[in-house]
Amino acid sequence: MIEGARWRRWVFFYVPVTAFVVALLFPFYWMVITTLRPDRELYRPWSAANYAPFWTANPTLEHIRALLTETLFSTWMLNTMLISLAATAISLFCGLLAGYALSRLKFPYAGLLGTAIFITYLVPQTLLFIPLADIIRNFKLGDSPWALILTYPTFLIPFCTWLLMGYFKSIPKELEECARIDGAPRWKAMVYIIFPVAIPGILSAGIFAFTLSWNEFIYALVFLSSPEQKTVPVGVTSELVRGDVFYWGELMAGALLGSIPVAFVYSFFVEYYVSGITGSVKG
Amino acid sequence: MARVAMRDLNKMYDEVHAVIDVNLEIRDQEFVVLVGPSGCGKTTTLRMVAGLESITGGQISIDEKVVNALPPMDRDIAMVFQNYALYPHMTVYDNMAFGLKMRKFDKAEIGRRVKEAADILGIQELLKRKPRQLSGGQRQRVALGRAIVRHPQVFLFDEPLSNLDAKLRVQMRVELKKLHERLGTTAIYVTHDQVEAMTLGDRVVVMRDGRVQQVGDPMELYNEPANRFVAGFIGSPAMNFASVRVAAENGTLWAESEDMRIKVPPRVAQRLARYTGKETTLGVRPEDLRIARDGDDRDLGFDVAIEVVERLGSEILLDVAAGATTMVASVEPTVTAKVHETTRLVINPERMHFFDNETEAAI
Repeated sequence: MIEGARWRRWVFFYVPVTAFVVALLFPFYWMVITTLRPDRELYRPWSAANYAPFWTANPTLEHIRALLTETLFSTWMLNTMLISLAATAISLFCGLLAGYALSRLKFPYAGLLGTAIFITYLVPQTLLFIPLADIIRNFKLGDSPWALILTYPTFLIPFCTWLLMGYFKSIPKELEECARIDGAPRWKAMVYIIFPVAIPGILSAGIFAFTLSWNEFIYALVFLSSPEQKTVPVGVTSELVRGDVFYWGELMAGALLGSIPVAFVYSFFVEYYVSGITGSVKG
Repeated sequence: MARVAMRDLNKMYDEVHAVIDVNLEIRDQEFVVLVGPSGCGKTTTLRMVAGLESITGGQISIDEKVVNALPPMDRDIAMVFQNYALYPHMTVYDNMAFGLKMRKFDKAEIGRRVKEAADILGIQELLKRKPRQLSGGQRQRVALGRAIVRHPQVFLFDEPLSNLDAKLRVQMRVELKKLHERLGTTAIYVTHDQVEAMTLGDRVVVMRDGRVQQVGDPMELYNEPANRFVAGFIGSPAMNFASVRVAAENGTLWAESEDMRIKVPPRVAQRLARYTGKETTLGVRPEDLRIARDGDDRDLGFDVAIEVVERLGSEILLDVAAGATTMVASVEPTVTAKVHETTRLVINPERMHFFDNETEAAI
């Protein structure tokens, strides 16, 4: 907290925080207001006498109705949910085992391997989708959820591994040694002691992986083509922008509904999430 | 209950030789303390007994059975760690029951043993709590409880009292001693605190730089240190050392320096004779120095300047200087000594120690 005179608190705390909050929340507000605004207001020219971009007197749910009934939005939601959950599950499982091994087991080149895994995370997706497209075609997985369930882990596993590796390192190794003296073989010490203690780390890795797959765009755009296979980000942008016509109301309704699950997940686990990132176990 | 034997035990980490040729026989029901400054190899030795560190050379046997290749879970030992290592997500009960569950004890037996251990340690009312709800001393008890429920052959303690505050440490030290009396389990205890070592150990092993310096019961280490390191490490305040030259005159030996000239008692003279004309180190404990009175043997005294007076109540510590040599003397609380005064101290002739300057071994 800022100490001293009241004006100092205003200048150095309240004003910057308010500016920050407004800047961050404005896009969401814009999304909401555009969703609720009737078309005749949305497309009113800015020079019109009754132009009021930040407010509406006639809110409507028409865009949401159109989105849910006239597009495949609910199918896209289901697709996205299924793909994100499956990709997250696979990545967490692999990340857990890899992270544990890299942080706890002594084997040659462990450090090098850890760094190598991190480097793969740094390869941009915009490059990686080219060879991956070839692989997807060879395995005949194109235009199916598997195309994404199996390619998302290419960037999720390195991410989960790295995050969990850091978290495991913060857990005192005596816990595990004590479990092993107590009569647990290494895998039991891992499952009964280390994993439960690492739950904040595991949750934050899971939330992050889920969000990344939920919002992923490039792979979904390239590997899926039929409308009923698409995910929310791709479905909304490809089906609601026809030629140069933007269906702004439906687009924003799609963006709004699409962000609800992620917001839901975050708000539930936010405390775990923070302690997972800062990583600490108190004895 | 078991004997533990280490033969020619060695541990190498890449370039560092952490434990060098340790040979130790620990008898059944014995409480042995490994003590030394940090980095002396005591913890590494303990961890090798536990099976948490691989053994580079030599062998360890527990109850006549070589355990070099045995994983920790099969050695039938229990260990208490410095940071307690309580499982933070389990209750106290589950913490204590974990080892028994892993060994597939039935529920009733687990309940009985946990209760028994909780009674011994006075933590019955804490069983439902999580470790984070406990104070340091309570955590320490739970860690002990987790070790004793298993009825292991050997207890291993790795500086278990170091994280407690000074008062609690003294209290837990006494309880540990009582616990050992009661259970009689063979125990190996590692500490850097020589007071803990002296008070707890049936026998104490002093280590330095990976090597065992001396093994013996506490009073033996105190009264007959094998070398200068043990002499300086055991005892508080530490033993005083002064560099002296051995001189022979009319059949008696003298320990001389610029500021003192002490007659060597006949008991030591025989062994010291071959050092005649050479430099050695004289060692005197603070309590073996006292203020000279009339009628004291003049040949055992020397003049000093008092630099600091520390009044501890039961005794007074005088920090004194004899020329360039500084010493500490522990004298009766009735002594009226003042800073900057000069006074004369006498040495108890029965308790003079001499050390070889090259090998540091006791003469």
